[in-house]
Amino acid sequence: MQFWIIQTLNSIAFGGLLFLLSSGFSLAFGLMRIPNLAHGGFFMLGAYLGATIVYYGGHFWIAVLGAGLGVGLVGIAFERLILRRLAGNVQGQVLVTLGVSFIIADLCLLIWTGDPWTVPAPAELRPPLRVAGFAFPTFRLVVLAIALVTAVALYLLMDRTRLGAMIRAGVDDMEMARGVGIPVSLLFTVVFALGAVLAGLGGTLGAPMLNAYPGLDTDMLPLALIVVILGGAGSLLGAFVGSFVVGFLYNFGIALFPDLAYFILFLPMVLVLVFRPQGLFGRVQT
Amino acid sequence: MRRKGVLLFAIGMALIAVPLIITSEFYVNLASQILIYALLAVSLNLLLGYGGMVSLGHASFVGLASYAAVLLLNAGFGQLASAVLAILFSTACGGLFGLLALRASGIGFLMITLALGQIVWGIAYRANTLTNGDNGLRYAARPHPFGIAIDSASSFYWFSLIVFAIALFFIWRVTRSPFGASLQGARDQPRRMRMLGHNVWLIQWLAFVLASFWGSVAGLLYVYYNLFISPHAISLQQSAEVLLMAILGGASALTGPIVGAVIITLVKNVVSTYFERWNSLLGAIFVVVIMFMPFGIVPGVRQLWARWRAPKKLERAA
Amino acid sequence: MSLNRRTVLKGALATGVATSALKVPATVAQAGPIKVGFLTIKTGPLASGGLQMEQGLVTFFKQKGNKMAGREVELHTQDTAGNPAQARTKTQELVERLNVHCIIGPLAAFEALAIDDYIRTSKTPILTVAGAEDMTQRKANPWLVRPSSTSAQCSYPMADYSFKELKHKRVATIGDDFAFGHECVAGFQKAFEDLGGKVVQKLWTPLNAPDYGTYLSQFKPNLDAVFTAHAGSNGLKFVRQMAEYGIKTQILGGFTPIDESLLQQIGENGLGAMTGCWYSAQIANDINKRFVAEIQKEYEVDPGVYAAETYVCGEVLNHAVEAIKGKVEDKEALNKALHDTKLPDSLRGPLSIDEFGHVVGNIYIRKVEKKDGKYVNAIIKTYPNVSQFWTYNKDAFLKEPVFSRDYPPAKNLE
Repeated sequence: MQFWIIQTLNSIAFGGLLFLLSSGFSLAFGLMRIPNLAHGGFFMLGAYLGATIVYYGGHFWIAVLGAGLGVGLVGIAFERLILRRLAGNVQGQVLVTLGVSFIIADLCLLIWTGDPWTVPAPAELRPPLRVAGFAFPTFRLVVLAIALVTAVALYLLMDRTRLGAMIRAGVDDMEMARGVGIPVSLLFTVVFALGAVLAGLGGTLGAPMLNAYPGLDTDMLPLALIVVILGGAGSLLGAFVGSFVVGFLYNFGIALFPDLAYFILFLPMVLVLVFRPQGLFGRVQT
Repeated sequence: MRRKGVLLFAIGMALIAVPLIITSEFYVNLASQILIYALLAVSLNLLLGYGGMVSLGHASFVGLASYAAVLLLNAGFGQLASAVLAILFSTACGGLFGLLALRASGIGFLMITLALGQIVWGIAYRANTLTNGDNGLRYAARPHPFGIAIDSASSFYWFSLIVFAIALFFIWRVTRSPFGASLQGARDQPRRMRMLGHNVWLIQWLAFVLASFWGSVAGLLYVYYNLFISPHAISLQQSAEVLLMAILGGASALTGPIVGAVIITLVKNVVSTYFERWNSLLGAIFVVVIMFMPFGIVPGVRQLWARWRAPKKLERAA
Repeated sequence: MSLNRRTVLKGALATGVATSALKVPATVAQAGPIKVGFLTIKTGPLASGGLQMEQGLVTFFKQKGNKMAGREVELHTQDTAGNPAQARTKTQELVERLNVHCIIGPLAAFEALAIDDYIRTSKTPILTVAGAEDMTQRKANPWLVRPSSTSAQCSYPMADYSFKELKHKRVATIGDDFAFGHECVAGFQKAFEDLGGKVVQKLWTPLNAPDYGTYLSQFKPNLDAVFTAHAGSNGLKFVRQMAEYGIKTQILGGFTPIDESLLQQIGENGLGAMTGCWYSAQIANDINKRFVAEIQKEYEVDPGVYAAETYVCGEVLNHAVEAIKGKVEDKEALNKALHDTKLPDSLRGPLSIDEFGHVVGNIYIRKVEKKDGKYVNAIIKTYPNVSQFWTYNKDAFLKEPVFSRDYPPAKNLE
């Protein structure tokens, strides 16, 4: 019984982190059709920035915001200077986003060295929560709560605001949106920056569990891709459900079938795609 | 046309002469490696350039062919039998992968190929008793095709060059054939192709199988060259690298992936000796090239060349 | 977090100084300098250990004034990026283009195995640090010497200490799911169960798993200890997440998880953790005191096993070069001298090389303690002259299959 309860909690908490990682990727992909393979690099950069702010005495929550801001700026520069010139050129986008992820990884290695950087969680969240004999990391539950709040905020943004309406119009039909006078160019920058901010925040929020280390980017990028593909690109609901589905698949998969751990997520992904190529909640036919 | 023939002949002779001009074994070996990666990238380009399908799992054919060859050889099969069976096995896997991957298109196709590549990688990693895990397997010795030893650096280079030339000729013929035309038609106008009575799915599947066949041949060369195979040769990074070679050089040209393979292999193996931040350099090359030549180096250079020639032609006409 | 950007630049500067110093023409009678090839990992996810290896080796040659047996030393460092094919190309470059006299490195076992046949055919003496058991056992390469440790060598004394002194009976193991982790755990299991203990649970974490939560919450109750075989930054991740989940079980380990280079980041969560290792920055001999002081001064870190490995390689190489009076052109003689090494005093204490090219030397049981505001691996027991076969009969040992995920079979899982 304890096994099931703890693993369920693990799954949900990990799903929350995955949502922070992948929602930005999904938004950008849905609107701009850009498979941003530098997204894992953004997440890692966020973790390092957060670690640096904490190292120089900044409070953890300041570090989270600072990392989000920093990575957001990188995202804006990347979109404005490079990506927008490659609209419609998928091969070019793949090459450039991978190129940028190479550069981010190599510069992180230069600046922060190969040794991992740790980010301690705020002191009051460090001791595990103990309820009726169970112990569970408090901080993970806080990350989950933040992810849920973010999900609600994003939902409200997309569903209730003018900006959200414009984004949805853009996802559904780009030409039409342009035609009715929506500033698509600005929209692209905003959405891409939002994705980068979320990745940066997620990087620092994840750091007390995962640390910042070289290779964090390539560990996380496939997870973001899987979430988005399973859930369906361009759909917030898809990214949300996909995150928790992946959280459960991952945790119970490796607990129950340890021999399949190395590819536990890829088998279900192939199955989903074979039977439903647009993902579980896909709006766009990729 | 005549001039093109002369040029081709000159390039061919130069390639044959490489081991005679460069006497350092190290550089001859490097040239062999470039040929192997170029073959891999050219085979991938059947899918990418001509079929418009972005695959992130092509390195898995290197692994499938290499592991099969090692295991067959260790099981007592001869060199020739191992080679043939390994390529058959790997190509058959390619046929299966194609069945699955072609259920989707675009990014879905990319993700299925990525996932299949990761599954192959994961099995290589985990099936310790068969693959020896990350410690990898040794290939006992290079074969002696037609009784000729290819153990030295230059003889192996020539062997690879012959295989590469055959492959390139074959792929060139395919792209010029009606099949090649319908593959490109399926890329650009799938709906119209269907209306014209073409089986788009079958065309794309056959391209996938062809690509995996030549990818497997490259894989066999890989294991002959390295005499060693481990999961690192089939990691996601390796698959991405092959893809990057093709895009960097220019997927729309037959020679594009070759140029890409030359650049990336040289940066990885030669520049890295002198410049520690070679990964950043590689990334910067990708970004800069694509900013100025959105469709890769070969088409970009061609365009520049045409622009440079055009005014002169006009002058002459006047 | 004791490393910062400035140290890196300083390190790079030091390397630059070292190489430029090498350009000075040799004044010795013999032709040219002694060329040492060095394979390490300077980019990518495994760069952490690779850069420390470089620190150790650079420190050694600097202490020697870039000279061995009176001859200048020319160090050629190559980045393998942790890729076997690239390691092979770089080895060829060292041997064919640069004509090095010997090679130190590479870091990872799969790299060393990828160049194994090439080392044999090119007859290049190599001092390796990679752990794979069979490189000095069933498939020993006659050109290879390993002065550090096999994957399992440090696990045996840990098992011995755990059973005999700590009175542990029920232990769970957890390790990276790759060959090094398998061998490291297997050594512990063999020694521990032969003494009468029980390994009741074996967990393996994939190398690319970002989170260990699932694994940690599977540990059985009533464990006496958990033995970990994580390497690199995974050791740090493991210890921190143990604390996150409030698991207070005694942590035991092989020589990688609680490394000095990560110890300050591991911090208080690591207090009390015990590991078996052939090195500790706390070893109280003069060579080590000087080494630790110089590494701390130059790079602002404590040296861990990676830095120590290449330093010991340097010591063994230097000893051999002196034994043949600097005539490194005779590769057979150099190889023989390397295999005949007997050092009464080295960084890690006394060491000698066995008939397979592998080291016989001290293994230390270390416990994380806080000393003067700093976390250290304090030595609580020394097992002298430990061989790669532990206390087992060599021939019987070699008749068994090599350690793996499934060997020795786990009979006591619950």
